[in-house]
Amino acid sequence: MEIDLRTVAIKPLRHTFDNIARRFGDKPASRYQEGTYDIQQTDIFHYRPMWEPELQLFDKRRTKVEMKDWYALKDPRQFYYGAWTIARSRQQEAADSCFEMIEDRGLVAMIPAELKQLALDVLVPMRHVEWGANMGNSYMAAYGYGTAITQPCIYHAMDHLAVAQYLTRIGLVLDGPEALDAAKDAWMTAALWQPMRRHVENVLVVQDWFEIFVAQNLVLEGLTYPLLYDYLDSEFSAKGGTAISMMTRFMTEWATETGKWVDAQIKVAAAESPENMVLISDWLKQYRAPVLEALIPISQRAFGDHAESVLAEVTAQFDARCAKLGLSV
Amino acid sequence: MDMHATKKKLGIKEKYAHMTRGLDWETSYQPMDKVFPQATFEGIKIHDWDKWEDPFRLTMDSYWKYQAEKERKLYAVLDAFAQNNGHLGLTDARYLNAIKLFLTGISPLEYVAHRGFAAAGRNFPGVGPRVACLMQSVDEMRHAQTQIHALSNYNKHYDGFHDFKHMLERVWYLSVPKSFFDDAFSAGPFEYMIAIGFSFEYVLTNLLFVPFMSGAAYNGDMATVTFGFSAQSDEARHMTLGLECIKFMLEQDPDNLPIVQKWIDKWAWRGVRVLTLVAMMMDYMLPKRVMSWKEAWEIYFEQNGGALFADLARYGITMPECLKQCSIDKEHIGHQAWATFYQYGGAAAFHTWMPSDDEMDWLSAKYPNTFDKYYRARFTHWRDEAEKGNRFYSNTLPMLCQVCQIPMLFTEPDDPTTICYRESDYDGEKYHTCSDGCKHIFDNEPQKYIQAWLPVHQIYQGNCFPEGTDPTVEGFDPLAKVLEWYHFDNGHDNLDFEGSRDQANFAAWRGMATKNT
Repeated sequence: MEIDLRTVAIKPLRHTFDNIARRFGDKPASRYQEGTYDIQQTDIFHYRPMWEPELQLFDKRRTKVEMKDWYALKDPRQFYYGAWTIARSRQQEAADSCFEMIEDRGLVAMIPAELKQLALDVLVPMRHVEWGANMGNSYMAAYGYGTAITQPCIYHAMDHLAVAQYLTRIGLVLDGPEALDAAKDAWMTAALWQPMRRHVENVLVVQDWFEIFVAQNLVLEGLTYPLLYDYLDSEFSAKGGTAISMMTRFMTEWATETGKWVDAQIKVAAAESPENMVLISDWLKQYRAPVLEALIPISQRAFGDHAESVLAEVTAQFDARCAKLGLSV
Repeated sequence: MDMHATKKKLGIKEKYAHMTRGLDWETSYQPMDKVFPQATFEGIKIHDWDKWEDPFRLTMDSYWKYQAEKERKLYAVLDAFAQNNGHLGLTDARYLNAIKLFLTGISPLEYVAHRGFAAAGRNFPGVGPRVACLMQSVDEMRHAQTQIHALSNYNKHYDGFHDFKHMLERVWYLSVPKSFFDDAFSAGPFEYMIAIGFSFEYVLTNLLFVPFMSGAAYNGDMATVTFGFSAQSDEARHMTLGLECIKFMLEQDPDNLPIVQKWIDKWAWRGVRVLTLVAMMMDYMLPKRVMSWKEAWEIYFEQNGGALFADLARYGITMPECLKQCSIDKEHIGHQAWATFYQYGGAAAFHTWMPSDDEMDWLSAKYPNTFDKYYRARFTHWRDEAEKGNRFYSNTLPMLCQVCQIPMLFTEPDDPTTICYRESDYDGEKYHTCSDGCKHIFDNEPQKYIQAWLPVHQIYQGNCFPEGTDPTVEGFDPLAKVLEWYHFDNGHDNLDFEGSRDQANFAAWRGMATKNT
């Protein structure tokens, strides 16, 4: 049975803003569309930036990638601020209840000592890698072109800050503030982390923002997240460290979701022109090698004798993913 | 067993420090000045970023929790507003023009603020200010989008909202707020924090954000006022960040004082000039007025702002000299601006009108020293002429100030009957400014302000016509072509409120909603 409430019906003059109508026709538009398309200014800037006088405030020339329309790089999740923050608040609630349960019930005490140490050695120092990821994504949000891609970059930057904070929390739960100091020492000086730190620092000085996107969001995340939050996570679960898995729940879910966004960007940009495809593929090759090199000592610490085969599997999956996106690996 | 029981719980401050401070490191594979290339060129000296006091301690998980709650509530109200034709609850369709000014002049700038804070959040070498800037960056994205979403329903029913970003970049009066933000973002990160974080957010928020949102509350605009309430706690955070930033710079090195003082002087005046649009909105565009511009200036600047500068005096900061003139200007600028917009109402994307007798009486009461003496006769004359069918539109273009880009409409501080002009020479050319404040800014950085894209100059140079326009054809109408280039719906977006489509539709729709015939 249907009931039919009546409201006074008024025929609107138009259904959406002109910039949206020019793209999609004059029909009701989504909040993602109205809050995203053409919001960044593109014409007429008053002053040259004092920090880069040869370019405009927003300038397509900050990357070698060329797009006829930068708004072709849309977000399959259709995240505008409200959608993003509501989605994340649900995830943080779930993550928070995991941490609470672990703390309230003292579940840390039930984690085998060697697994706890493994998490301290491998997961906690990653908070610095996450901070680097935050910096790369805030750079893209600031200097990228077109709200379609810069908007999710600021969300991605904040997500990485959150992951850094979850990793911090894992350190605090497992071993208190000393865990963070030990992880930072390892990050700064231990042989295990130096190739990774060198790579992260090298990416911090890259100026082409789309190159950072490839280096950071495709390659570094595409290789480390499966390794740590898929393979290593299975190890934790299998050997009695379920509590650790519970604390990385956010990262596992998040990587799956954000991977779809990253894929959509790369796929569309690479399909735009053969030049873009070659450029992005070259960046892929350029950054894949040092990340894999950096992951060797980390996998050895994490997987011991199986390190080589695990890393090979992760690499094969990653290569397949890139090939599917139209890149040459 | 039971290690967790013996461990002492961390305090909030300590916990927050672990969640942020420890994350960064001194890079060694790449030099720090390459990682943070914008950290020093402005001359600000920072010795210890760890001395930064976090003005608020929000981890991402609590940020998401609070913000999501606010978003859910806000969008529920916006949905209800749209579903129930909330726009028909406005006091009067003239009110719409205030929010047209807001959507075209302010919302796109929230977006630029988002980009600027993302840059600041990348560029400071200290982790504390960076995290705070990044949070403000996403907040500003929120504000741009929630404003667009709140006003989207008005766009469906009324004129003047329909192409706001295109207009912002081109239309003459919108270059006032646009150039303000372009100016800030094109400066370095420290100056940006003074421009936006301090002057705009701290000193001026109460004179910009609050008047618009209170105007919405007084005039039945539930969509906008709900946004306003929802953004209030964000704004409070932004204000504390701006203030903390300025104190931090001043505490770090005595050499920073003259630089900071220069920026405060500059940005206070830049801000005050933008507020001219708000003054006009408060005194003329709100059918139900909240308070006069003069009252707002007295409460929010002379009282609150005075206390702020008293607080900063211990660092050696003095109140900008130019602000003293505002106590004279507060009696005039709203009237002068509205008179200008009335005359150029053919080229504005909102409607203009002359106040009714009741409204003129309100203005007389609020401005006993100036309204009757300098403005009432002119306004009455224009109204009488309009009633006789001679609505006055100026067909020439006004000269603009090289710095604030407002038409030369302000009068001399000591003579409200003489327009104020100032002139500077630079590189063999003459540049004109509207005031001592703007001239001072120009003279300090002429190489920056000569770059300004002045809408009137550009029109006269023929740069503001649609592609393919031939100005040599017979009967060429330059104004019509400029309006076409602005994407104005000529005859609907502009001209007098009396006889406008907004006026007719609002009356007809309200009739449908409240009567049975």
